[in-house]
Amino acid sequence: MITRSTAAGYAARARHRRPPPRGKRDIALNKRSLFLFCGPFAALFVAMYVAPIVYAAVSSLYVVKRSGLGLAPPTRTFEPFSNFAHAFGDKDFVAALERVALFAVVQVPLMLLLALGLALLIDARSARGKGFFRLAAFMPYAIPGVSAALIWSFMYSPDSSPLNGLLEPAGISIPFFDDDVVLWSVANIVTWSWTGYNMIVIYAALQAIPREVLEAAKMDGASALRIAWSIKVPAVRSALVLTAVFSIIGSAQLFNEPAVLQPISSGAVSSAFTPIMSAQAAVTAGNYPYAAAQSVVLAAVVGLLSFVFFKLTRRGEPR
Amino acid sequence: MSRGVVSGLLLVSTVYFLFPLWWLVVSATKPFGRQFSGNGLWFEGFGLLDNLTRLSAQNDGIFWRWMLNSLLYCGVGAAAGTLLSATAGYTLAKYRFRGRAALFGAVLAAVLVPKILFTLPLYLMFSGIGLINNPLAVLLPGMVSPFGVYIARIFAEQSLPDDIIEAGRMDGASETRILRSICFPTMLPVLVTIFLFQFVEIWSNYLLPAMVLTDDRLQPVSVGLVGWNASHIAVPRPLVITGSLVSVIPLVVVFIALQRFWRSGMTAGAVK
Repeated sequence: MITRSTAAGYAARARHRRPPPRGKRDIALNKRSLFLFCGPFAALFVAMYVAPIVYAAVSSLYVVKRSGLGLAPPTRTFEPFSNFAHAFGDKDFVAALERVALFAVVQVPLMLLLALGLALLIDARSARGKGFFRLAAFMPYAIPGVSAALIWSFMYSPDSSPLNGLLEPAGISIPFFDDDVVLWSVANIVTWSWTGYNMIVIYAALQAIPREVLEAAKMDGASALRIAWSIKVPAVRSALVLTAVFSIIGSAQLFNEPAVLQPISSGAVSSAFTPIMSAQAAVTAGNYPYAAAQSVVLAAVVGLLSFVFFKLTRRGEPR
Repeated sequence: MSRGVVSGLLLVSTVYFLFPLWWLVVSATKPFGRQFSGNGLWFEGFGLLDNLTRLSAQNDGIFWRWMLNSLLYCGVGAAAGTLLSATAGYTLAKYRFRGRAALFGAVLAAVLVPKILFTLPLYLMFSGIGLINNPLAVLLPGMVSPFGVYIARIFAEQSLPDDIIEAGRMDGASETRILRSICFPTMLPVLVTIFLFQFVEIWSNYLLPAMVLTDDRLQPVSVGLVGWNASHIAVPRPLVITGSLVSVIPLVVVFIALQRFWRSGMTAGAVK
């Protein structure tokens, strides 16, 4: 409150003064201040973001060759397409890409539907309890990915799963680590972690809908469901697009959850379960250029998908 | 839909979100070795203090060292990252200069590239310049937050009228002083949001510290606990459970305490 009023005070004082000449509204900044304000960020950004990308792109163009007996040191030769051809011919890597694509196609819509539903439910509720439900849904976001995976690995544990313990009287036992199931066990951890975060983003967009619009619809006799479908959902469209893009990017990063489950999965989570795990395996094997090529392929695929998704969803938007 | 149905559905979702955490709390309080007996949902005896004592004794108390490392990496990284990205975001929002569009474009592109992809090349670069087993290898990448720049810029554009800055100038304040005394206080909610997000992001980052910090006395608690979990014969699982509980408490407390701030900060990023 204090900060708001301070700012308002300054704004009020500014109004009393002579207005700046027209056409010179843009503030010119002297070089020293600009360097001070943007310089440190720009320098670290170049070092920690631009340099690694350039480094990966360049090293993916080389091939490491070892002599048959491994006596001579490995040599690097420039063969720009070799690693990429290898990647697309690598069954494990392609399978990892397909697995993550399937994951994204199923998990992202499910999670966003859940987040949207929760946001609508909390929005529909009268003031009491709102804060509690919102906080409860958001709590998993405060649990770091690795810790969440550890906690769920205890939930899934083949010999002592408390979930299966609860289901036992009903004669049900979920095989969390079966080959066909394990991907969805991972999906559940990701959904648990991120639904609340997405819900908060969507909920914030719901709050921005003018109350008069909702009142008018109610006066016209629209039901709560009708209002939700015809007014609220279209109004949060851009929030949904935003959360979808970040979720797609998140799917491409899939690493922590399967990596934590791997030791207890008795083989269901392979060492190349996701593209990042596959690249990681290449590093462990000492084949850095191949790991770099896999990263470049993944970055290109994700960048392309995000871009296409943006274009598709922005089409037909009035602006 | 009736009120009853709404409440019922919300209750089901709350059970889903809180069940694993409830289990964690209950299990950590059970006597050592009995973590997996019973139905897992209710308390059975009290062994929390004993579990904590054992946790502190395991491997000469390295767990607390890990916690301290995590707090240090996340605290320093997030504080520096917040300062840098808020300043950059503010400059992008309020000043016109050459290269402004290019810088913002690069930042936006970086938001859209999966962050984990930078890890492998960073590891190779750090091993090239001898930064392996050096805390800087975790701290430096943590200080850069393109997403922070993005939301700081949006927030500054929406909540800082140019008039305020002009008024400060006419009063003879330097650019640095305007930023510090006028703009940052107004931007407080977004500063807290960036700090929290960056803190959680560094705390959650597993792959980078696992690769660049091989000395276990330097590792953060995430890497340490996963290592313990993977070696379940060497380290008993009740200790991993107790350690997991202790390691998530700081973040949960911070999030609940700072609710007011991050909620308004997140709103700034979402509603355009």
